[in-house]
Amino acid sequence: MLKKFKASHAITLLIVLLTLLAGSAVVYASQAPEVAIAVETSVTTEAATQHAWWYWPLILLVLSFVLGVFAVLAGVGGGVLYVPIVSGFLPFHLDFVRGAGLIVALAGALAAGPGLLRKGMADLRLAIPMALIASTCAIAGAMIGLALPTNVIQTLLGATILGIVAIMIKAKKSEFPNVPESDPLSQALRITGVYHEPTINKDISWKVHRTPQALGLFVIIGVMAGMFGLGAGWANVPVLNLLMGAPIKISVATSKFLLSITDTSAAWIYLNNGAVLPMMVVPSVVGIMLGSFIGVRVLAVTKPAVIRILVIVVLGVAGLKALLKGLGIG
Amino acid sequence: MAPQATEEQVLYANILNKGMMIGLLGLVITFVIYGAGILKPVIPLEEVQNYWVMPVADYLALTGIHAGWAWLGNLGKGDMLTFLPIAFLSLLTIVCYIAILPGLLRKKDTAYIALVITEVVVLTVAASGILGSGGH
Repeated sequence: MLKKFKASHAITLLIVLLTLLAGSAVVYASQAPEVAIAVETSVTTEAATQHAWWYWPLILLVLSFVLGVFAVLAGVGGGVLYVPIVSGFLPFHLDFVRGAGLIVALAGALAAGPGLLRKGMADLRLAIPMALIASTCAIAGAMIGLALPTNVIQTLLGATILGIVAIMIKAKKSEFPNVPESDPLSQALRITGVYHEPTINKDISWKVHRTPQALGLFVIIGVMAGMFGLGAGWANVPVLNLLMGAPIKISVATSKFLLSITDTSAAWIYLNNGAVLPMMVVPSVVGIMLGSFIGVRVLAVTKPAVIRILVIVVLGVAGLKALLKGLGIG
Repeated sequence: MAPQATEEQVLYANILNKGMMIGLLGLVITFVIYGAGILKPVIPLEEVQNYWVMPVADYLALTGIHAGWAWLGNLGKGDMLTFLPIAFLSLLTIVCYIAILPGLLRKKDTAYIALVITEVVVLTVAASGILGSGGH
């Protein structure tokens, strides 16, 4: 008992310290925008050589670690926190943040994929048709995103993040949605399955409906994922669960797996356009994966509801900042 | 009916698992090589922070770095070497899709054969760079 008590407090203390460190970095970064502007306009090297090369990657590593912990606790993907927070509060250009955000979301989805597929939680037959639509549209989204002026993308990103915050506050979940009859398309594609639900120790049979409507929504989800470099779990899950009627656990797992396909296509567009910098990508991927690893353990000793409110507030502030920055106000 | 992952799912998962491990390990190893200066980078480590504040088009114009697959010809440079595991991770899905194709062919699962082939084509086109490279 005492051991468990100490361990949970040690983890909480570690997270608080890392959050403070990341917060200090964010505050410092937001106080020095002049440096970034000077470099962006005149491209002189003197102004920017004030830090050792590892300074910003280290900050990214720590911040990504904290985001990774919070993402697990709040039940959201790392990408949706990473892009608005890193682009809003650190000096990286949105082009590179979106490129890194996609690789971060992709790495997380690739890491989670094998376990989810083996357990039968992520369903390949459900994912493949949705993934084809989403990944094709993510290419278009990425190309649009890289073609539009930064302020337009920043404004749209801000509006999207605020929309995601609204979804996070409002959206309901349905553990076992009622699907009276599967639609003809899902019947033809044989999208159905069985999974074991340990909480009630029962095998649950599931089927889906409204497949054509869902495919239509995945057009929009794909475009947005590619355009903003966000993982699209925030949109995938409501469509799979509330619209199609897949059980919540199947929806969450299939959504996570889907990201590995959607983000792959968009990531290639950013990669081929030079918008992926290893110096940003590697610390971010390592940080968020370590954070997710710790987050899963912290989940057992914290109150996720409190963390979820905190994440919604932080995301709301980041979304508002992105919106104002895009409109030239912030 | 007992819950069971399909044959294709297990195959996909196994390839993804191995590939992901190799990719992530490669990411860390190549970054250490890059950061430790074992291989000289195209852009000196201290100067990278000058470029990530600007749009990608300006970065490419100022550094003279060619986008697309040009990094493949510069694997002797620390920063370009790091693209190898990133590209590997980004290619994994294509490999997994190709791997499940024979099973679907055996089962004559026509709809999914068509979907999988189309997805492979879509991802290959995205990866090829023929949709444009070089930033806006």
